[in-house]
Amino acid sequence: MQFAFNDEQQMLRDSAERFGAEEWNAAERLKRLAEVGEGAAQRWGKMAELGWLMLPIAEEDGGLGGGPVEVMAIMEAVGRHLMTDAYVSHCVLPAALLAGGGEHCAALLEQVGAGQVRIAAALIEDEGFDIAAISTTADEEFRLTGTKAHVEDGADADWYLVSARTAGTSGERDGVGLFLVPASAEGLRVQRFRAVDSHRHCNLTLEGVAGIPVGTVGDAADRIEAALDLAIVAHLAEAVGSMEAAVEATLDYVRTRQQFGVAIGSFQVVQHKVVDMSVACEEARALMMVAASQLAGGGDARSLIAAAKVRVAQCGIAVAQQAVQLHGGVGTSEELIVSHHLRRQMMLDLAHGDRDYHKARFAEMTR
Amino acid sequence: MNLDLAPADRAFQQELREFFANSIPEEWKKTVRAGLRLSPENLVAYQRRLADRGWGAPTWPKQYGGTGWTPQQLHIFWSEASVADAPAQFHQGLELIGPIIFTYGSQAQKDFYLPRIISGEDWWCQGYSEPGAGSDLAALRTRADREGDEYVINGHKMWTSYAHVADRMFVLARTSNEGRRQQGISLMLVDMDTPGIRVSPIHTLDEKHHTNEVFLDDVRIPAANVVGEEGMGWNYGKVLLDRERMVAAATAMFLPQTLRAVREAATRRKTAHGLLIDKPEFKAKLAQVEIEALAVQAMVLRLMADAAAGADSGPRGSMVKLRWSELTQQAAALWVEALGPKAQHFAALDDASVLPEDMPFALKGALYARVTTIYGGSSEIQRNIIARRALGL
Repeated sequence: MQFAFNDEQQMLRDSAERFGAEEWNAAERLKRLAEVGEGAAQRWGKMAELGWLMLPIAEEDGGLGGGPVEVMAIMEAVGRHLMTDAYVSHCVLPAALLAGGGEHCAALLEQVGAGQVRIAAALIEDEGFDIAAISTTADEEFRLTGTKAHVEDGADADWYLVSARTAGTSGERDGVGLFLVPASAEGLRVQRFRAVDSHRHCNLTLEGVAGIPVGTVGDAADRIEAALDLAIVAHLAEAVGSMEAAVEATLDYVRTRQQFGVAIGSFQVVQHKVVDMSVACEEARALMMVAASQLAGGGDARSLIAAAKVRVAQCGIAVAQQAVQLHGGVGTSEELIVSHHLRRQMMLDLAHGDRDYHKARFAEMTR
Repeated sequence: MNLDLAPADRAFQQELREFFANSIPEEWKKTVRAGLRLSPENLVAYQRRLADRGWGAPTWPKQYGGTGWTPQQLHIFWSEASVADAPAQFHQGLELIGPIIFTYGSQAQKDFYLPRIISGEDWWCQGYSEPGAGSDLAALRTRADREGDEYVINGHKMWTSYAHVADRMFVLARTSNEGRRQQGISLMLVDMDTPGIRVSPIHTLDEKHHTNEVFLDDVRIPAANVVGEEGMGWNYGKVLLDRERMVAAATAMFLPQTLRAVREAATRRKTAHGLLIDKPEFKAKLAQVEIEALAVQAMVLRLMADAAAGADSGPRGSMVKLRWSELTQQAAALWVEALGPKAQHFAALDDASVLPEDMPFALKGALYARVTTIYGGSSEIQRNIIARRALGL
């Protein structure tokens, strides 16, 4: 088992760290969050220049063919600096969903790699996180009808990747297809929302919207699940980066905050809490790295990823809650970054299936 | 402890039910269930409705305009308020400064301030915490210097909830630097429109404006606005400790409001294998919080029995605060969980987008709940109090 980055991965990590420190300086955070349009577009352009957007795209599709560990090197910094740029949703996930999906997909991926288009995946409906629990239909001419309850980072997308049934009923893996739909498509209604972590999502209502099929029609469940494995592992790396940053901020605070004439970090009750937070970080980091290497090595990583999704979310939320608690009142303020970590951890739990969903999934896979 | 209601209590209960049935507008309920405060206008409206019935100050003695209710009656009142999704009354006037005024205040202070608290005419805020004085309140540095018939106050208060709407503020300020730190602290009543006061909002994680910094710059108040004796402010806080058990008790009684919201959300929420509320794992989780909430409510009954017997509750108030705050966090988190991915839809980005049911209330509630283990004596401080006062450690 390899826990150290190779030189190339280390360079990526350093570059992402520099980018985070420059673009997402904590002191300027509120200003960054306020400038949604132009600022976000400029950052996305810089990420394209750095080659990050080409990184997860397969070599066959004209990309750099980076795997889960390379993505992890970037995502840790995304988490540490709480960048809201949707690298997972607009790059890692579509790169995997569109991989080898035909000429049209390759052409779009080229634009993704250049930072020219954003694609978001519309995979879940009212029946929860199960990707087979969908009722949206695609007729013989690939006209899509139905509703998608939540599209992660979908508010500003140019294209949507929509799962829809060509056959079967909700819950069946067979008959799930994947279709490309432009955001401007006729018959498509998009409702846009902001989450507490400043990510911008949407839901979709489709009424006979013309879709372009991706890969073999009606056989997309495996493709979707494999792509989600990559997206989830990337999010886990973000969660771990964020946890570690929250612990560092808390350590700084308890060392300097004076009450009763001493630094509050001199109280044993405070020390033990920070110790538990650091143990949780270690646990989450170890599990995340093992899951990423297993996935990178091409082994069967699915139940391990489900396990990691559960445990990292538990650790991440607990760590961020304690970080707020130990900061006291000021921990709940918008001005300090700790509560932003908490909000992101809560939302990361929900992205692509919450703790309970993946716990049940793990139990199914391992019985 | 007699849990059966006497006929008179039963009639009282009926009277309350009728009152609440007509006094709580539907649009208040989601906010209340999320453990969030209603807008000041609505809270004042609610206070006025209670005051019109003579129920404006449920925990006060009759002689000061209170209801003079027995602990048993109070418990019935809170139970019915809880069932009706009524809000908790705003406590800073009613439970914090009011009782200090009627215990230690001058006759003039009692006559002037108490009726205005009950009627909802005066909204009070609490000027205690400072940047360097949070858990360690005695470290406060705000100064009040005597000049003739006036005090001149200078300082910086933090976490002053609702200072942006308050008419008045009760302030702890240092009038002397002699002796122990706790000595030389005085309690003063300040009109918020006095020149030299500046209120600046503190933006918080739940995106709801409820707290502030207050800057006091040569704020002149009449010497008559000191409560009790100069330099005795810290001791008056002891009344607060006793009253805070009532605040903790009342708040704990409102826990089932959030739990009802969880149940309703889980009853609406579809999953691939039926409704969420029918899933054994979720049922067990909800049952666990409900069971713990029942335990806290049983603890409240013991507090009320103490109060009825005029007995010292010892650490029971701290214990209820500890357990209630943890449970309100768990209940709100469970509500968010019951909403699933839709909990990510917090604010609509345009007019064409409609927020899902329960949003943003559930999430605001879950975020706001984080502060309940920090304010009013953090959980760490409550544990210190229990260790020191009850266990002699």
